[in-house]
Amino acid sequence: MGTKTEIWQGTLALMILKTIKTLGPLHGYGIARRIEQISGDRLSLNYGTLYPSLLKLEQEGWIASEWGLSDNNRKAKYYKLTRSGRKQLAREEKGWNQTTAIVARFLEPAEDQS
Amino acid sequence: MRKLRAWLLRFKGLFLKDAREREFADEIESHLQMHIDDNIRAGMSPQEARRVALMKLGGIDQAKEAYRDRATLPFLESVVQDLRFTLRQLRKNPAFTFTATVMVALGIGASVASFAFVDAALIKPLPYQNPSRLLFVTETTPDIPRANFSYPDYLDWKKLNRAFDSLEVYGQRGLVVSTSAGMEMVDGARVSAGFFHTLGVSPLLGRDFYAGEDLPEAPRTLILSYASWQKRFGGKQEIIGQSITLNEIPYVIIGVLPQHFHFAPVENPEFWTTLDPGRGCFIRRSCHFLNGVARLKDGVAIEAALADVTRIAKDLEAQYPDSNRNQGATVAPLSEIIVGDVKPILLLLLAGAVLLLLIACINVASLLLVRSETRRRELSVRRALGATRSRLIRQFVIEGLVIVVVGSIAGLISSHWATQILKGLIPTDMMAGMPYLNDLGLNSRVLMFALAVAGFAAALFSFTPTFRLSTLDVREGMAEGSRGSAGKVWRRIGSKLVILELTTAMVLLVGAGLLAKSFYRLLRVGAGFETKHLITMRVRAPLSAYEKDEQALALQRKVVDEVKSLPGVTSIALATTLPLSFNGNTDWIRFVGRAYNGEHNEVNQRGVSSDYFQTLQANLLRGRTFTDAEDMSKPQVVVINQTLAKKYFPGEDSIGQRFGDTDLNPKSIKEIIGIVDDIREGPLDSEIWPAYYYPINQHPDIGYSVVVRTSQADQSLIPTVSDAIRGIDLRINISSQTTMTQRVNDAPTVYLRRSSTWLVGGFAAVALLLGVVGLYGVIAYSVSQRTREIGVRIALGAQRSTVYRLILKEAGALALAGIVIGIGCAIIGASLMRKLLFGTPPWDITTLVCVAVVLGASALLASFLPARRAASVDPMTALRAE
Repeated sequence: MGTKTEIWQGTLALMILKTIKTLGPLHGYGIARRIEQISGDRLSLNYGTLYPSLLKLEQEGWIASEWGLSDNNRKAKYYKLTRSGRKQLAREEKGWNQTTAIVARFLEPAEDQS
Repeated sequence: MRKLRAWLLRFKGLFLKDAREREFADEIESHLQMHIDDNIRAGMSPQEARRVALMKLGGIDQAKEAYRDRATLPFLESVVQDLRFTLRQLRKNPAFTFTATVMVALGIGASVASFAFVDAALIKPLPYQNPSRLLFVTETTPDIPRANFSYPDYLDWKKLNRAFDSLEVYGQRGLVVSTSAGMEMVDGARVSAGFFHTLGVSPLLGRDFYAGEDLPEAPRTLILSYASWQKRFGGKQEIIGQSITLNEIPYVIIGVLPQHFHFAPVENPEFWTTLDPGRGCFIRRSCHFLNGVARLKDGVAIEAALADVTRIAKDLEAQYPDSNRNQGATVAPLSEIIVGDVKPILLLLLAGAVLLLLIACINVASLLLVRSETRRRELSVRRALGATRSRLIRQFVIEGLVIVVVGSIAGLISSHWATQILKGLIPTDMMAGMPYLNDLGLNSRVLMFALAVAGFAAALFSFTPTFRLSTLDVREGMAEGSRGSAGKVWRRIGSKLVILELTTAMVLLVGAGLLAKSFYRLLRVGAGFETKHLITMRVRAPLSAYEKDEQALALQRKVVDEVKSLPGVTSIALATTLPLSFNGNTDWIRFVGRAYNGEHNEVNQRGVSSDYFQTLQANLLRGRTFTDAEDMSKPQVVVINQTLAKKYFPGEDSIGQRFGDTDLNPKSIKEIIGIVDDIREGPLDSEIWPAYYYPINQHPDIGYSVVVRTSQADQSLIPTVSDAIRGIDLRINISSQTTMTQRVNDAPTVYLRRSSTWLVGGFAAVALLLGVVGLYGVIAYSVSQRTREIGVRIALGAQRSTVYRLILKEAGALALAGIVIGIGCAIIGASLMRKLLFGTPPWDITTLVCVAVVLGASALLASFLPARRAASVDPMTALRAE
C-alpha cells in the first residue's frame, strides 16, 4: 500500500464539497471512491469517517440529502450542494489556495538548498 | 448562525433517536451493498467482497458510534445518563429523598411566601406617579405627633409654602346613602380638588375635579371608586352625569377611579367627594380633621420641606396665638404613612423565613454529606475505572439540582397556598387599611427571588459533597471497611453546621419568647373595665327626623329602654366614642378660679349615658355618676378620670371644682361630680390621657355607640339587639356590630403582636425541630463512626456510664456553643425588633434562660438516643464488624 497520508477534518469537508460540486448529487459511497481516485489512492480514507462529516455539513446547511436510486438500481442517500454550500465552497477554496500559497513560499527555498 | 443551527439540530437529535438510527443503518447498508457490488464486479468472491467492504468502512458499529456523536450532543447525552442514574439513586433511597425535598420545599415555600408579602407592601411602588416625591404633611401638637389640619390652617399653608408643587388635603367621612333596602351607612372621603392630580392618578371614566370645585359655591360632585361603580351601578358607562343622594344632598357623579387605585390612609371609600366646606368645623382654626398630601418640588429635599412648613407653623402661631399655640409641622414620605406600621412585622416574617431556609438548607447539605460519605466506595470504584473528577462532580451537581428543582416546585406551590392562608388570617378591618396586599401574588419579582434562593440552595448542595470529594483517596476508599480521615472531615464540617443550626434555632426561639411575653404583658394591661360579655355597635339616625335636641334625646332614651327590656341584657349604655378606640376627640379646658396663660390643657372628651360606668363595670373612685334625668335642662356636670384628677388637682379634692372652654364661656362651665378609675380610651399599648365624661343627655346626638352587657354568650344577642333598635325606626342605620372581646383581639396593637408571636413561634418550633434533627444526625453519625473505638473501650473495661458521658459530652459541647452564640445573636436580633416588644427588654433574663433550657433539653434528648446505642454496643460484635 505504500505510505498513505492521513487527512484532517477541515480538508475532508473541502474535498466532499468539491466532489459534489464536480459530479453533482452523489451518495456517500460514491464520494468516498471519488476522493480516493482523485488522490491517486495516496489517501487512506476510512469510509466510516465520511458519514459524520456529511452529517456536519448537512447540519450546517451546506449540503442537503434525499433518497434516490443508484446506477445499478440500489436505494441510496444522495447529497447535493445547496446555494449557500456553493458560496461556502468558493470561500474555502480561496482560503485554502491562499494558505497553501503562503506555506509553499516558506518551503520553496528550503527545497532549493537541499 | 450556522453553528447555532447545527447545535439546535443536534439538540433535536437527542429526541429522534430511533428514526435516525434506522435511517443511518439503511444508508450504511446501501453503502456496503454498492461497495460489494463493485468488488464482485472486480472479480472477488462474495465473501471476500463483503470482508473488504467492511474493512474499508472501518466497522459498522464504529461508524454508527461516530455518526451518533455528531448527530447529538454527547455531553448532554451523558448528562441525561447522569440524570437517570441520579433519579434511580434517589428512588432507591426514598427516606433521604423525601426528607431532603420536604426540607427544601419548606424553606423555599416559607421564604417565598414571606417575600411576596414584603414585595406587595414594601417593594412594589404605590400606584401613583413618581410616588417617592409624595409627602404626608400635617400639623403637630405637643401630645400628638401627627395631628390633623384645620381647614383655615391648610389654606394658609397652601398659600405660603415654597417647597411643594401642590399641597392637598383629604379626610374620611361617613355618608348615608338611601337605597331600596333603607338607609345605608358607607365610608366616603373628602378631598381638595387637586388631590388626584397631585397623586398623578386620572379617572378611568369621566373627569377629575376641576380646580375650585372644592369651594362652597361649586356644585356638589363626586368620583366613584371602581368597586362601588361595579357594585352599585353594574359598571355601566352611562352613570357619568347622573346624580345620587348622599346625606340627603344630591351629588353629580363625574368620574370613576381606576381598578388598582388605592389610598390606604382613607379606608375603603366608596365615594370621593370634594371638601364641601360649609360652616362649623371649616371656619374654626381649632377644629382639626384633615390630613395633607404634597408633591415636593424638584430639587427640594424633605428636610428643606420640613423647615419650610415649620416656618409657616411658627408664623401662624404668632398670628393666631389662641388657636395655634404650640402647633408645629411634620412631613414624612407618604409610603411610610401607608406601610410604616406593617414594616416591622413583615421584615420579621422575612427574617424568620430566611433563617428557616438557612437551617433547612444546612440540614439537606449535611444529609448529602453523610450520603457522599456512605458512597465513598462507589465513588472510589468509579474513579478507579477512569471516571474524571469533573464527571463525579457533575454527578453531585445533578443530584443537588434534582432535589432543588423538585423542592422548589413544591415550595412555590405551597407558598401560593401560604400567602392565601396568611392573607385570610388578616381581619377585614385591618385589610381595609392595607389595600396594597390585594395584589399579593407570585409576580416576576417574587419568582426572581425564588430563583435566587433556589440557585443558592443548588450551589450549596452541589458544593458540599464536591468539597468532600477533594479529600477522597481512591486507595483508601476502596479498602474494605477503612475509616480514615474522611470521617473526621465530615465530623468537623458537620459539627460546625450543627452549631450554626442551633444558633439559628436559638435566635428564633428567643424572638418567639420575647414576643409571647410582650403579648402576655399587653393583654394583662388593664382596660379599666370588664371586657367580657359586652356587645357593641354603632347607631346612626337620620338627621332630618331627629334634628332637634329634644327629638334626639327622646330617641336615645327609647333605644336604652328597648334594649334594656330584652332577655339576657343586663344593662345598656351609649357613648360618643368607645373605649379602646383612640386618644383624640379632645377638648381644651380652663379651670375656674385659676390663673390661665393660654396653655392648651388637652383632654379626651366623651359623651356617655347614665349607666355607662355601671355597664362597663368601671371603678368609681369618688363622688357619683350621672342620672338619666340630667339632661339639657339641668346644670352641666362631668365625671373625670383619675389621670385628670392627678394631673390638674394633685393633692386637692377635685369634686365640686369647675372648668370650661379656653374663654370660660358661661355656657361651657361644667362641675366635676365624680372621679372614675382610668378607662383606657386608646389602644392597649398607649398612654392614659386625662379625660372627662359628660352626660350624653346634655348634648344629645344622632350618632353614637351602644354598649350592652349581657348575662350569657354575647355573640348570639347581637341580632336581637340590632332588631330591637331598628324596630324603633327603620331609617336607623346600624354598623360595626361586634363584641368587646373581638374588638380587643382585632385591635391592631394586639393583632400585630399576636400574629408576630404566632409567626415567629411557628418558625421557631420548626427551627428547633430541624436543629435538633441535625444534631441527632451528627451525633448518630459520629457514634456509627466510633463503634469500633467504643467497642475497644468497653472491652478494656470502660463503664457504660463512661460511654454515655463520652457521647453526651460531644453533643453537649455543640449544644452549648449553639446556645451561647445564639444568645448573643438573639439579643442583637431582638434589639432590631424592639418596636414589637412591649414591657420586655431584648435581654429579658427569664426568656433567655427558659429558651436555653428548652434548647438544651431538646439537644440532650436528641443525643440520648445515639448515646444509648453507643453504650449498648457489644464489644465482640463491634470488634468483629470490621
